[in-house]
Amino acid sequence: MVAISSWGRLGHWEHDVLALSDRHQVTQQLRNNRLGIAHGMGRSYGDVCLNPDGILWSTTGLDRFISFDENTGRLVCEAGVLLRDIQRLTTPHGWILPVTPGTQLVTVGGAIANDVHGKNHHVFGSFGDHVQQIKLMRTDGTTIECGPNLQQNWFFATVGGIGLTGVITEADIQLRKIAGPWLDTETIPYYDLDKFFDLADSSEADWEHTVSWIDCISSSGRGLFMRANPTNISPLPDPKCKKITMPFVPPISLVNKLSLRPFNTAYFNLKKWQAGRSFTHYEPFFYPLDNLSEWNRIYGPKGFFQYQSVVPREAGASAVQAMLKEITSSGDGSFLAVLKTFGNRQAVGMMSFPQPGVTLALDFPNKGELTLKLFQKLDAIVREAGGRIYLAKDARMPRDLFETGYPRLSEFLQYRDPGISSAMSRRLIGD
Amino acid sequence: MSDKKRIVIVGATSAIAEHCARLWVKDAEVDLTLIGRDLGRIERVAADLHVRSPNSVIRVLEANFIDPLAIHQLVDGIVAEGAVNTVLIAHGSLPDQALCQQDLTAAHEALTVNGISPVLFAESFAGHMQKANYGTLAIIGSVAGDRGRKSNYVYGAAKGLVTRYTQGLQHRLANTLVKIVLVKPGPTDTPMTAHIKEEGGRFAKVEDVAEQIVKGISQGKTVVYAPGKWALIMMIIRHLPTFIFNKMDI
Repeated sequence: MVAISSWGRLGHWEHDVLALSDRHQVTQQLRNNRLGIAHGMGRSYGDVCLNPDGILWSTTGLDRFISFDENTGRLVCEAGVLLRDIQRLTTPHGWILPVTPGTQLVTVGGAIANDVHGKNHHVFGSFGDHVQQIKLMRTDGTTIECGPNLQQNWFFATVGGIGLTGVITEADIQLRKIAGPWLDTETIPYYDLDKFFDLADSSEADWEHTVSWIDCISSSGRGLFMRANPTNISPLPDPKCKKITMPFVPPISLVNKLSLRPFNTAYFNLKKWQAGRSFTHYEPFFYPLDNLSEWNRIYGPKGFFQYQSVVPREAGASAVQAMLKEITSSGDGSFLAVLKTFGNRQAVGMMSFPQPGVTLALDFPNKGELTLKLFQKLDAIVREAGGRIYLAKDARMPRDLFETGYPRLSEFLQYRDPGISSAMSRRLIGD
Repeated sequence: MSDKKRIVIVGATSAIAEHCARLWVKDAEVDLTLIGRDLGRIERVAADLHVRSPNSVIRVLEANFIDPLAIHQLVDGIVAEGAVNTVLIAHGSLPDQALCQQDLTAAHEALTVNGISPVLFAESFAGHMQKANYGTLAIIGSVAGDRGRKSNYVYGAAKGLVTRYTQGLQHRLANTLVKIVLVKPGPTDTPMTAHIKEEGGRFAKVEDVAEQIVKGISQGKTVVYAPGKWALIMMIIRHLPTFIFNKMDI
């Protein structure tokens, strides 16, 4: 047994880890009478990738490319390949993943199972929109090949299906042509939420990437709006990444009431001075934290929660305002707070998170009951607005909010693999 | 024969070897021969390397790792196709110590796969390299071979055999241009160790270990600890007096 935690470090739980390393052996390895769940890099925050006292099928050893066509941008690889390895292989040939989340240190399988999104949702949707085919291994020994045009329902259940339909072993992905690895970026400070929505709406037509950092302790809702477009200009050689590791777990969270206000104020004002147009390489733009290894340790031994919700646009402005008000008055929250609008499109997966509206993501150091009480207040706002919470981030949402937030649940359940179970599935579905 | 640098990897499906191969094909277009016990698995590794480096030459060979005669013929065949610049002998498997204590067949297999087999491959290549007065031969040992301990001494004994063998070979070839490199990885995060891996710093990332191995081989170092901190740790462990060492639960 091995003690494993997820990215939120809310605890360490014993697991039987079974490494998958040969895609032709997976069928035999899954044949077991005990329940398991696929586990990649463990970068989801809550309990979606955990199965305490049960089996984890570790997929990071399934990290081989199978084929890549430089002319068409079609890439076939094993499910444990990291997005980083795809980007580094294909960007020199002018191809890039069309959708990428805020870290590239995740596996392809995890990106599909959580149907991750990026800063360009209004243009390119979520990760699952670009997957052409997957191979899904079931614990009964069957293999299902599915895609948007092949056994579609299996595909729609598996994209965003949090690993519960089987173990994804291979994926065929359509990459996207780029002129170069740099982006033409612009940072604009804003001082209230109305301005944020103005910027988000007016940027949609002309900018591919839009996102904003929001100062969660300013009640007005000030922040920094960032937008970017790919460019064929390469102003500098590609940056060399300097990796720093957070070397230890501090005895208390370094993100706390004392540190948060000065940090956020300093960050906002510094960035305000640097605002305007510039060129940014895609790695620091998409993955600002990837060079700070194990940054999740800064929250101390108790770990942290991430709360990410999406609410429909009609209710969006007032719901975000209400959530910020609750967070400000609690004094909690974190430096890492992101506000972003999603485009007007439906996701591929039955259980995918993105939906038209506005999404707010915030880290909270784990203060036990205090934090959970705040979340209940936020839940009420999300529920009222008809929103949902992101499964990849969640460790605690109540079942009723899950059921109203994910109306296609009963349809999805028909595709579950009875040999698969996770801490999340037991918490939210019951088995 | 192409003018590409010729590299042979024995045990090419091991995670450390596979990552070394990825680094080699990333650095330059090479002529790579991958040897393994299961042709399907080697072919999957080869396909991956081909995607990473379409212009490298990648050959695959399935081989018997136990039979001395088969090893001899295999190596003769490879060398007959042209001089080899680098050989990496990387195969091994982590046995269950408790099982080895109860079941001599398991102990025998662990000693053969981790100790005798790599040595036979090395001996076979070394003769050719000495004749050609050219090349670098690297063998993967382990920090476990530095001092026997109760939790894995069968594996440790096999790796200790590799250590002693390599010392002798280095002595024999000291006056030639052939370089012999003994690699001693510390605990590394690979499929072989997934079931015992603890979170945190004790297990090194396989990419990092591979990077240090490739670097050590290109420099022709005699011993490469990967990560480097294990040189210091093992120096202390080797020198601990028995009365202290035997009280430790390691």
